[in-house]
Amino acid sequence: MESILRLYAISKNFHEETSETQAIADINFIVRDGELLSIVGPSGCGKSTLLSIISGLIPPSSGEVRLLKQPVTMGYMLQRDHLFPWRTILQNACLGLEIQKKRTPANLRYVETLLSQYGLGEFKNHYPSQLSGGMRQRAALIRTLAVKPDILLLDEPFSALDYQTRLQVADEIASIIRREQKTAVFVTHDISEAVAISDRVVVLSKRPSRVAAIHNIQLPAGVKPREAPEFRNYFNLIWKELDIHD
Amino acid sequence: MTNVSPEHLEYLKKRRRRAWMVKAGQWLILFVFFGIWELAAAAQLIDPFIFSQPSRMWKAMIAMAMDGSLFTHISVTLGEAILGFVLSAILGTLAAVLLWWNPFLRKTLNPYLVVLNSLPKTALAPIIIVWIGNNVRAVIVTAILTSIVVTILTALTGFIEVSEDKIKLVETFGGSKRQVLTKVVLPASAPALVNAMEINIGLSFVGVIVGELLTAKAGLGYLIVYGSQIFKMDWVMLSVILLSLLAALLYQVIVALEKRWIQK
Repeated sequence: MESILRLYAISKNFHEETSETQAIADINFIVRDGELLSIVGPSGCGKSTLLSIISGLIPPSSGEVRLLKQPVTMGYMLQRDHLFPWRTILQNACLGLEIQKKRTPANLRYVETLLSQYGLGEFKNHYPSQLSGGMRQRAALIRTLAVKPDILLLDEPFSALDYQTRLQVADEIASIIRREQKTAVFVTHDISEAVAISDRVVVLSKRPSRVAAIHNIQLPAGVKPREAPEFRNYFNLIWKELDIHD
Repeated sequence: MTNVSPEHLEYLKKRRRRAWMVKAGQWLILFVFFGIWELAAAAQLIDPFIFSQPSRMWKAMIAMAMDGSLFTHISVTLGEAILGFVLSAILGTLAAVLLWWNPFLRKTLNPYLVVLNSLPKTALAPIIIVWIGNNVRAVIVTAILTSIVVTILTALTGFIEVSEDKIKLVETFGGSKRQVLTKVVLPASAPALVNAMEINIGLSFVGVIVGELLTAKAGLGYLIVYGSQIFKMDWVMLSVILLSLLAALLYQVIVALEKRWIQK
């Protein structure tokens, strides 16, 4: 697979009045076109910060994010769905298009297609409060997909959901991303989630974080990922690498 | 609603009954209050010349309605209050937007806003009259001054409390600050803005009445001060009651707007 994005020696320091914290020490890895890449790490290791750096929302203290294809557009998905309660689902899904002034009839049709394809067609004129947590998360994903990004950046997008919903929504979102053939970088602190849905997992160390390991996840086809025997091996391996129990 | 159990019917009956009792109690207070007032004055327990009397107020109102002066006074006060309210709502919201937009300005001006907020603005009314003159404009400026600081602070608090993540969401789509304002901050602050309006309308009335007490040649505030000077207490009391009705009416209009605007 071709590479689409490369991180060179990224570091990030945070400044406060009384202290300076080094959140990210030195991070290098590549993102390949069309893969679903997870970043796992202990809490506070700067995973979300790294995502903001990749997206260009905040600059790194040193190092560089290099885009290997031009032009590359990115879509961001936050921890909570943040659907606006004063907009309908369709209006929410069109937020990005409105902001980028691309709310054309063709794009609107694309959004409507996505909504009905992923089970929200009949809810497009509902308000977010009328939808379940899983449906809201799907609506949030469609809002991100609407602007046709090349890379999706997902910042713990399931952490606000309860455990049952979470398992189901994680698999759903992952399969949507694969069907739409998007590249995705997915931050989580949940090892099993990362192993279950990704092609590769980047493991970060404690703060100041570096890349501790990168795993290619290969689970047998035809078996549910979480039920494959290899799943447990990956899980244990990454859990040891995370080294959060000392 | 086809199969309603007797227990549920009983519950609904109780509920309706209780709501009815509250309504009845509310009206009862009104009737008792005016009834005692009327009777006490008729029995000469209180001097109707000083305390007035509901029936005399009624007669005064009919007389003033006949010669049209009642409507002049009401419309002058209402017009001034609405104008003051609208101007202060617009200017206050604009000022709040400006302060939201520029955090440097916000932090620099903060102590002044705090002082202005605690200052009784009616103390400024005599100064306004000296500067602007003995006219309607002075009344309206007093109304604006009375209500604008609270409008600014309430709206600004609403703007600042909008969740950082919602703003980040707009930024992830490449949204400008202007789009952050129009797509998130203003719509998300609708409840705060309506709340500001509710406070604003009451304070605008305060400003108008203070202004009228000092300077006006018409309006309910003028009627109060003029009536008290010539001992026409019927006019004074009538004006006070009309004022409370007007304020309640405008407040209800805002509440109705709120329901239409925010109901979702």
